[in-house]
Amino acid sequence: MVKPSILSGRLFLIPPLLFLLFFYFYPLGKIFLLSFFPEKSLNVIYQGGHLFSNATYFKVLWFTFWQAAVSTALTLVVALPGAYIYARYTFWGKNLLRTLSSVPFVLPTVVTAAAFRALLGPNGLINNWLVRHGGLEYPPIELDQTVWFFLLAHIFYNYTLVLRIVGDSWGRMDSRLAEAASLLGATDWQILKTITLPLLRPAIISASLLVFIFCFTSFGIILILGGPGYATIEVEIYRQAVHLFNLPMAASLSLLQILMNFGLMWVYSRLGQKNAFSFFAGTGPNTLQTTPSRGGRVLICINVLFMGILLAAPLISLLAASFKGPQGWTLVYYKALFSPVAHSIFAVAPGKAIFNSLIFALAATCLSVILGLFAANSLASSRQPGQTFWETLIMMPLATSAVTLGFGYIITLNRPPFDLRDSLLLIPLAHTLVAFPFVVRCLLPSLRAIPQSLRDAASLLGSSPLQIWQQIDLPLVARSILIGAIFSFSISLGEFGATSFVARPHTPTMPLAIYRFLSQPGDLNYGQAMAMSSILMLVTAVGFWALEMLSPDNDG
Amino acid sequence: MKTVPFKLHILGLVLFFLSAATCFATEEISLMTHDSFNVSAEVISLFEKANDAKVIFLKSGDAGAALVQAILSKGSPMADVFYGVDNTFISRALVADIFESYASPALSRIPSHFKLDPKNRLLPVNFGDVCLNYDKKWFEHKGIAPPTGLDDLLQPAYKGLTVVENPASSSPGLAFLLATIGHYGQDGYLDFWHKLRANDVLVANGWEDAYYGHFTAASKGNRPIVVSYASSPAAAVHFSSTPLAEAPTAAIIDNLSAFRQIEFAGILKGTKHPELARKLLDFLLDLPFQEDAPLQMFVFPVHPDAKLPQVFLDFAVVADKPAAVSPAEIEANREKWLEAWTTAVLR
Repeated sequence: MVKPSILSGRLFLIPPLLFLLFFYFYPLGKIFLLSFFPEKSLNVIYQGGHLFSNATYFKVLWFTFWQAAVSTALTLVVALPGAYIYARYTFWGKNLLRTLSSVPFVLPTVVTAAAFRALLGPNGLINNWLVRHGGLEYPPIELDQTVWFFLLAHIFYNYTLVLRIVGDSWGRMDSRLAEAASLLGATDWQILKTITLPLLRPAIISASLLVFIFCFTSFGIILILGGPGYATIEVEIYRQAVHLFNLPMAASLSLLQILMNFGLMWVYSRLGQKNAFSFFAGTGPNTLQTTPSRGGRVLICINVLFMGILLAAPLISLLAASFKGPQGWTLVYYKALFSPVAHSIFAVAPGKAIFNSLIFALAATCLSVILGLFAANSLASSRQPGQTFWETLIMMPLATSAVTLGFGYIITLNRPPFDLRDSLLLIPLAHTLVAFPFVVRCLLPSLRAIPQSLRDAASLLGSSPLQIWQQIDLPLVARSILIGAIFSFSISLGEFGATSFVARPHTPTMPLAIYRFLSQPGDLNYGQAMAMSSILMLVTAVGFWALEMLSPDNDG
Repeated sequence: MKTVPFKLHILGLVLFFLSAATCFATEEISLMTHDSFNVSAEVISLFEKANDAKVIFLKSGDAGAALVQAILSKGSPMADVFYGVDNTFISRALVADIFESYASPALSRIPSHFKLDPKNRLLPVNFGDVCLNYDKKWFEHKGIAPPTGLDDLLQPAYKGLTVVENPASSSPGLAFLLATIGHYGQDGYLDFWHKLRANDVLVANGWEDAYYGHFTAASKGNRPIVVSYASSPAAAVHFSSTPLAEAPTAAIIDNLSAFRQIEFAGILKGTKHPELARKLLDFLLDLPFQEDAPLQMFVFPVHPDAKLPQVFLDFAVVADKPAAVSPAEIEANREKWLEAWTTAVLR
């Protein structure tokens, strides 16, 4: 008999790979081909040679990597203590705060920038207070267009990734191990170093990999908060492709971006697989402490306060902006939103935008979870050759320039075999491309933590592979599936880059509606954009809450 | 794969519509355009009713990105008509040879200075002036005279007051760079930008960020001068939550300080509906659309008989003498100018 686990492992990889082949490699390959070997008719348009010296490109690449690395490190430093208290304690407002922590994920960049400036900008809350009460002549905090501003925003966006992925893994860790070590005389530091961190390594690596790639490609944040002085590779690709019509250069830069990310992720994925021992928490997760010690309480307080300042304050300032007109508090923006006076054919009722967004998000979430389960199951059945390669391959859409891929879609999906240009399917498909690697990364650490011996035992006792999966794997990774689903859901709700290329105007989503308001002057436009953003936050939070309800072991 | 039932589903729909089509022969035509395009539902239904047609809109990113996509799908176009090539991109569009000539009878009423393509492959539809806007209240409050032209921005009194958009990523940003090139000439514009940098100019990534992130009249920012449109004061009044007797902002259009963007539309080569496409172009140049465009897109109609809405008559302005740079010059030098600007202002 052939080894069934390996065979099925391989087979599981086929659906996600087919998906990638059709909706990623095919369009990307075609746009690269067209760029490097253009037809004569296209070539006449581009006249110049290339612009930058190699040194400048190197600088741009280096900066992009540097900021992503620093952002990842900072996010880990501030979010790991949070993951710890979420794994060990229950406290008042725990679930609410966790839900809030994921909301930033869906906010459009311009809106996030507005939220931060309302707090920390030159005329923001804190500067105004300092000027009024501190007797200062000029606002003391000058964050705008500095490195600090976008690093702060990166932490704001990505905190939840570490909190959820590492926190979940930490929570499932058997505390008896640490207790035993403690009894044997190990210090806290020794326990952390020799037991906790090695066990957490796969989760930490998964989380930081996602944070890194997210920061690497988040050029909007850097450009708006850091200012145009900080060039990233994505901007250069846009400039070469759109302004200069230098498609060969744009394609080379995209390729370089993909290859460098591929290399880095490859190394990282290898590290993630090398957790020497998988440890199984016997009877289930360790019990949460409801009455923490004094040290624990201090830790909780500091963390909650920190999360409140970092995550809740910008969101509250946004909410406030949606109720504040030139003459003080008002409901006028919400009223305007729900009774559109403009007779534009593209004017959209908020209810319709919410409905569109939710339908697309649900479709993308289902598809991502299904594809993610297939891929993660295959990748988790260890000791297969070429596993690192496949694992890295699946992450590639995340590290690919949206402009390049968007153009690829234009030239491939407008003719058979996929005439999807007019199809509504295109939107959830594009979202899934970005979301399903997240699901894979959320699932892998938990699937790998399940000892193979458990499955082997069930197999010996006559269970079918499906039964094994249903009764062993599924219950043990249910929580990770939920986390993956939450990220897919929020990626789809907030996704603007791909949507703006493929969205049909008759099916506008919430982020598109926000951008439409922000494209013309007038406080009514701005106010409605803020009102729509607040609704987006609310819908997102409710969506997370509903998803959490589905979880078998939500820790109330 | 699961496409078979889906296709059957589609087939059913198609059959249904075909049977319906014997009664209503509604022809579909698609218009590809940029994200800022807008039209009233009533106005577009005039066209649809008159021609028994349905107009589908394909919005495809900003003006530059939309054109690149039209060029990439040359031969098997995604749409029948393209709207929104401006004079900074018209040379590229014409060289790419993606538009069909069409001498619309409506062109006879359009002033000749708008017609930049003698072969009528691209027809002018509307225009707008990119220029400086300032926050009237801010200058009143501080007791400083508001600026009157580009030179003023270099005065010590205006240090740290201006926010512009990056021309490499923003269309009004590029238009303003072209205004300075038209104003100071190819030899002098870099000197202006060097001095503007020394006077602490702020560069934002795009219009949204400059206007809603830094402009004092619309945000909690600290820059009372912004690069926007000459119609922006009218938009600020039109989209105010409280009725305003006076615009909160003003546009500076004198002294060769504005750049005029003219937007064109054309029929994409390879269209399956050439007859209807021509009718759609006629419609874009006709009064209902021309009079609708100002409040929908905050642009000016090219048709001299088009009546402007009251808010435009009261608060929007048109530059008498915009700074002039020809489309051919722009296409030939865009790369060089952008690079020189980036070096002068950002590095």
